[in-house]
Amino acid sequence: MLRAESVSFGYSGGFTLTDATVTIAAGAVTGLLGPNGCGKTTLLKLLCGVLHPRSGRVMIGERTLASMTRRELARHVAVVPQETHPAFEYTVLEMVLMGRHPHLSAFQLEGPADFEIARQALDATGTGHLSTRSYMTLSGGEKQRVVIASALAQATDILLLDEPTASLDLGYQLEIASLLARLNVERRVTMVLATHDLNLAASLCKCVIVMRDGRILAAGATDEVLTDQTVRRLYDVEADVQFHSRAGHLTVVPIRRTL
Amino acid sequence: MRASAHPHTRGGDLRVRFMSVVLGYGALALAACTLAPLAGSTHISLARVFDRSIPFADNVDAQIFFVARMPRVLTGAIVGATLASAGVVMQALLGNPLATPFTLGVSTGSALGAVLVITFGSSAAAGALASVPLASLAGAVVASAIVYVLATRPGRPISTMVLLLAGVTLNAFFSALILFVQYAADFTQAYRTIRWLMGDLDVGSFTPILAALPMVLAALAIFAFLTRSLNLLSVGADTAATRGVDIGWTQRLAFFSASLATAAAVSLAGPIGFVGIVVPHLVRLMVGVDHRIVLPASALFGAAFLVACDLIARTVLAPIEVPVGVVTAMVGGPFFLWLLVRRS
Repeated sequence: MLRAESVSFGYSGGFTLTDATVTIAAGAVTGLLGPNGCGKTTLLKLLCGVLHPRSGRVMIGERTLASMTRRELARHVAVVPQETHPAFEYTVLEMVLMGRHPHLSAFQLEGPADFEIARQALDATGTGHLSTRSYMTLSGGEKQRVVIASALAQATDILLLDEPTASLDLGYQLEIASLLARLNVERRVTMVLATHDLNLAASLCKCVIVMRDGRILAAGATDEVLTDQTVRRLYDVEADVQFHSRAGHLTVVPIRRTL
Repeated sequence: MRASAHPHTRGGDLRVRFMSVVLGYGALALAACTLAPLAGSTHISLARVFDRSIPFADNVDAQIFFVARMPRVLTGAIVGATLASAGVVMQALLGNPLATPFTLGVSTGSALGAVLVITFGSSAAAGALASVPLASLAGAVVASAIVYVLATRPGRPISTMVLLLAGVTLNAFFSALILFVQYAADFTQAYRTIRWLMGDLDVGSFTPILAALPMVLAALAIFAFLTRSLNLLSVGADTAATRGVDIGWTQRLAFFSASLATAAAVSLAGPIGFVGIVVPHLVRLMVGVDHRIVLPASALFGAAFLVACDLIARTVLAPIEVPVGVVTAMVGGPFFLWLLVRRS
């Protein structure tokens, strides 16, 4: 599946990601956790090929990302960024149809099959009724669902999400969470979810990868990795991590800063 | 067209929309190019112009139409189409609806070239560069090259912020150089410079048009090739990359094709402002924002727009001629302000 092998990367500013090796389990939702600036976004950009590793390699199945064109890569991996701000007033349908880009040649127009895929993506994210609206006029939660629909229209088997709920209120956070859980089950999409929201990760992710200071600290099943000890190592925060029977997953209650 | 193609209700087959835009705006451009040569100091009749029974040598109306007035009208059409479509490409490249074809230094570069030749061309042994169009072309190419070198790092996407800053800074620096050269010039040269800066579509014959046409057509073909990538680019560079757009290649292709097309247009007729921003915005209000529609519509509407502006320039104070750049600025300035007020 998707694998990073001893990947290192450095920005000219000084931040480096060092010797990261991760394997993303096929069909699962994997959480990517760690404090601000720990390298989550850098790792995601390496996994989707927007950045190229200085050493090491990223593999999809038996192929390295470096051997693939952008178009090929975009047929395997789609990305949902934290926020999307188009310069012009595209309609929701136009935004979603842009997901078909890697499947079309230079002068080819979207055909009935592409429109059908876009319609399914709109339905799957509950945004069908918005299709003729201007993207810019939507609420934060609607925008994020439209961007997810656009990524779904790309028809990839891997979806990378970079803090997709960061700018959303509690209601929209839960809405996006249940949407992602449903898409994972119904469409068998492998997902990697970078997030600061430990409870969201606990509810959604079968596995988590935890990072700090550009290094992978641990990776494994969420129940085993997400402990009060891990929270302390990542954030210098004393927390109470317990199974919540009504929620049906681990919950993290922060108590105090331990610095 | 406006009612049925409102941004929030449009939809339907892209092919149909494309064809109706090409036919509708094409008819407008054709009408402008056919009717504009009829106006002028001597009245001519369209029926007589196309009257095949009169030999061309004896048909004064046809001679005035094709020989005296058509080069100017065609120049307007080509320059208008080029500046409008280059504006669309620059706005997508920079992810900024307020960008123009002149944002990245092309116009001040070409103006500096032109000013240098107007002021020193006769005294120095400048060789082939002693022609204003060639000097302005060379100036535009130099300016674009400087902006490109400043804004790019090998193997990385271009930072649009750096690109914008490099363009704005170079514009300011070159403007200072232009003022300095102006200060050194005598009154005749200074007047010629100012007149050149106002833009003039009166190129005299078909020869300059034919010289500029290959560059313009090549750029328009590249624009057409880029349209869907421009949609994605204007959503965001990283998003475009993950949707399969080769960002580095697309940005470079867009930058160079738009810059060279603009350079060709400016070398032909001077830096005529506002066409590159007024036309794309008007077109977006009518047909939506998909670049596969906006680009051909802007090219055709830009042609009609500049021909119409030049018609006003030629006739409004006849027999005195108003510089066409003044007309486009008088139409474009208030429009630009209205756009800003509407956005905020």
